[in-house]
Amino acid sequence: MSINSLVCIKQVPDTTQVRIDPETGSLVRKGIPSVANPYDLYALETALSVRDQHGGFITALSMGPPQAEEVLRKALGYGVDRAVLLSDRAFAGADTLATTYALAAAVKKIASGRDAQTGASGIDIIFSGKQSIDGDTGQVGPGMARRLNFSQLTYVCSLIEIDVEARCVEAWRQREDGRELLQAKMPVAVTVTEQCSSIRYAALPDLITAAKKPVEVWSAADLDVDRERLGLRGSPTRVSKIFAPPARKRGETLTAPERSVAEVAALLFDRLAERGLKIGRRGG
Amino acid sequence: MTGWLSVALRSAGAVAELKKDKASGREPQAKKAAAEGEGEIWVVIEHEGADAAPVSWELVGEARALADELGVRAAAVIIGAGEQELARKAFSYGAAASYLAAGPKLGAYSADPHCQALAGLAARHKPQVILLGATTRGRDLASAAATELETGLTADCTELKIDPEKKLLLQTRPAFSGNVMATIITPKRQPQMATVRPGVFPAPEPVAGASGEIIASKPRLKPTNVSVKQLEFIRAPKDEVSLQGAKVIVAGGRGLKAARNFALLEELACELGGAVAASRAAVDAGWISSQRQVGQTGQTVRPVLYFAMGISGAVQHLAGMQASDIVVAVNNDPEAPIFEVADYGIVGDLFEVTPVLTEEVRRRKAEAGADGGLRIEKSARK
Ligand SMILES: Cc1cc2nc3c(=O)[nH]c(=O)nc-3n(C[C@H](O)[C@H](O)[C@H](O)COP(=O)(O)OP(=O)(O)OC[C@H]3O[C@@H](n4cnc5c(N)ncnc54)[C@H](O)[C@@H]3O)c2cc1C
Ligand SMILES: Nc1ncnc2c1ncn2[C@@H]1O[C@H](COP(=O)(O)O)[C@@H](O)[C@H]1O
Repeated sequence: MSINSLVCIKQVPDTTQVRIDPETGSLVRKGIPSVANPYDLYALETALSVRDQHGGFITALSMGPPQAEEVLRKALGYGVDRAVLLSDRAFAGADTLATTYALAAAVKKIASGRDAQTGASGIDIIFSGKQSIDGDTGQVGPGMARRLNFSQLTYVCSLIEIDVEARCVEAWRQREDGRELLQAKMPVAVTVTEQCSSIRYAALPDLITAAKKPVEVWSAADLDVDRERLGLRGSPTRVSKIFAPPARKRGETLTAPERSVAEVAALLFDRLAERGLKIGRRGG
Repeated sequence: MTGWLSVALRSAGAVAELKKDKASGREPQAKKAAAEGEGEIWVVIEHEGADAAPVSWELVGEARALADELGVRAAAVIIGAGEQELARKAFSYGAAASYLAAGPKLGAYSADPHCQALAGLAARHKPQVILLGATTRGRDLASAAATELETGLTADCTELKIDPEKKLLLQTRPAFSGNVMATIITPKRQPQMATVRPGVFPAPEPVAGASGEIIASKPRLKPTNVSVKQLEFIRAPKDEVSLQGAKVIVAGGRGLKAARNFALLEELACELGGAVAASRAAVDAGWISSQRQVGQTGQTVRPVLYFAMGISGAVQHLAGMQASDIVVAVNNDPEAPIFEVADYGIVGDLFEVTPVLTEEVRRRKAEAGADGGLRIEKSARK
């Protein structure tokens, strides 16, 4: 018995370069390189190590514009068995609710094995990142779990055991106050944190076969979906305004040739006191 | 598919239940009359037994302000084993009502039963807004419940306002690693849902003896084949203050040179009641746990005071800390980019400067007497 898994990979802009144009107040995304969402690579590595141990098939799934094929090519290079890209104008502008609707429909189709060239049927585990660095919501993983009636395990920092017979997964989940060991029934949707293992080096044979493998591109017509629930139309949220955060400015340099370190330290805490951070009663 | 259907079914079920509730007395006043609680602002209280996460009370305070503006009630939702004391505590922080949903499967948190309970309550009472803390649990539950209710959910808000004309909730949050702020609305569906970072809103002063209405219920959960069980829990050491809740963070980078030198930062953090964090370079060097990493691939933090010690200030690091109120940088390179975002820059050797800072804090505390500590007055927040 083996484990079939699906990894959700999103292509994201390098968010550190995204800016608001101060003139127009609109988002500047032109020329900004796209990358695979870093957390999704931890998800991919986790799926690969599950396959190393238990066998089975891995499908990588992404929804995005045609160039999102790049992240799926990358996944194929790491040896995933199949790559599916949902790309269609109908999917555009989706918030997390409309995204999980489309992704879940694709998972159902993949799991039904209707057009699987791999012969795989059923999905036991869905892996996704704890969040995407552009959307930063962490809502897509659990949203899919809900739609597909999968158990939900978020913020997993290490997946330790899969009991194939009992169809159970054991994983450590990171919380603010510690870690908990959870046992979940499969099928399960797991979202992983950066504490899972980093992605391995792609093996040359995999890279060679990957070059020959297709990335399947599906449109809305390929899915059993209600178009009203896709993309912008299917999204309950709207962006009403975007703006630049209050800019941080270079502040005051406290060090000066005539000041000793002790004087600098005293000056710092005087300044902090002026801004309402008081240690004891001194300084106001 | 399943979402819409189950909500529809559940609200039908709710009406039936309502009729049954009233069976003993007069005519059911269901249907035409608004659902009890319609239009309220709800806060889901995150709790472990009778211990609530502080963010829950921060949100009750904010919900009260929003509710007052709209002329509706603010209410707390407590899903658990029937924690009456939490219901009363919610009143003291400004809630006018507490929904106490209790049942054997609800005692300990698990996404599926808690999601069913929350979605069921919302379908029945029709709040216009549901707020949760943007914690690992709050996000887990909110995502599931918003999907179940087929409604919008805005993550990690740092500001909430009411649109004076449309009466919609204006949900402002950072996006693209904090380089962009976006205001999100959910114009056509209810409830409007949002998670909010801990520490964004001040905790209200509790009012002793405040009272309110307790609405107790026993949600009927539909059987499912999903299941998540807790086998073990390892609490993080008590003295390890969580980065999310920390008011003061002292972070160290490659400039620290060795794991043992983090002790210098710990001393300063300890005197200030803060937490120690790190850049990725320090984490990658194995000097400190990856749980302490701040930045694009670590945590996003928003303390009142952030110390960057021996951190150059790479954009990926700034992504995680630029929303801090006050940034202090100590670096021996006057050209380090961290100084571009620091309110106070100290050009110098951190090994020399840090102990002096710690000493200065101790001296001021001693001078102020035994009760002297770091007091944060509201004016520090921008
Ligand atoms: C996709 C991606 C994601 C990333 N995510 C993150 C992230 O989440 N968080 C993160 O932090 N980084 C992240 N990085 C890495 C980031 O680009 C930087 O490499 C990293 O932040 C550098 O850490 P540092 O400032 O500690 O080290 P350095 O850049 O080496 O800086 C060390 C600083 O210490 C100073 N110094 C040295 N000795 C002393 C002394 N005795 N006294 C005072 N100052 C001294 C030096 O002048 C220097 O400025 C990411 C990178 C990539 C590509
Ligand atoms: N368009 C998408 N295509 C594929 N996977 C996605 C997409 N959006 C989100 N995900 C997955 O869901 C995770 C959480 O994303 P988010 O909810 O946007 O923070 C990501 O780490 C991905 O694994």
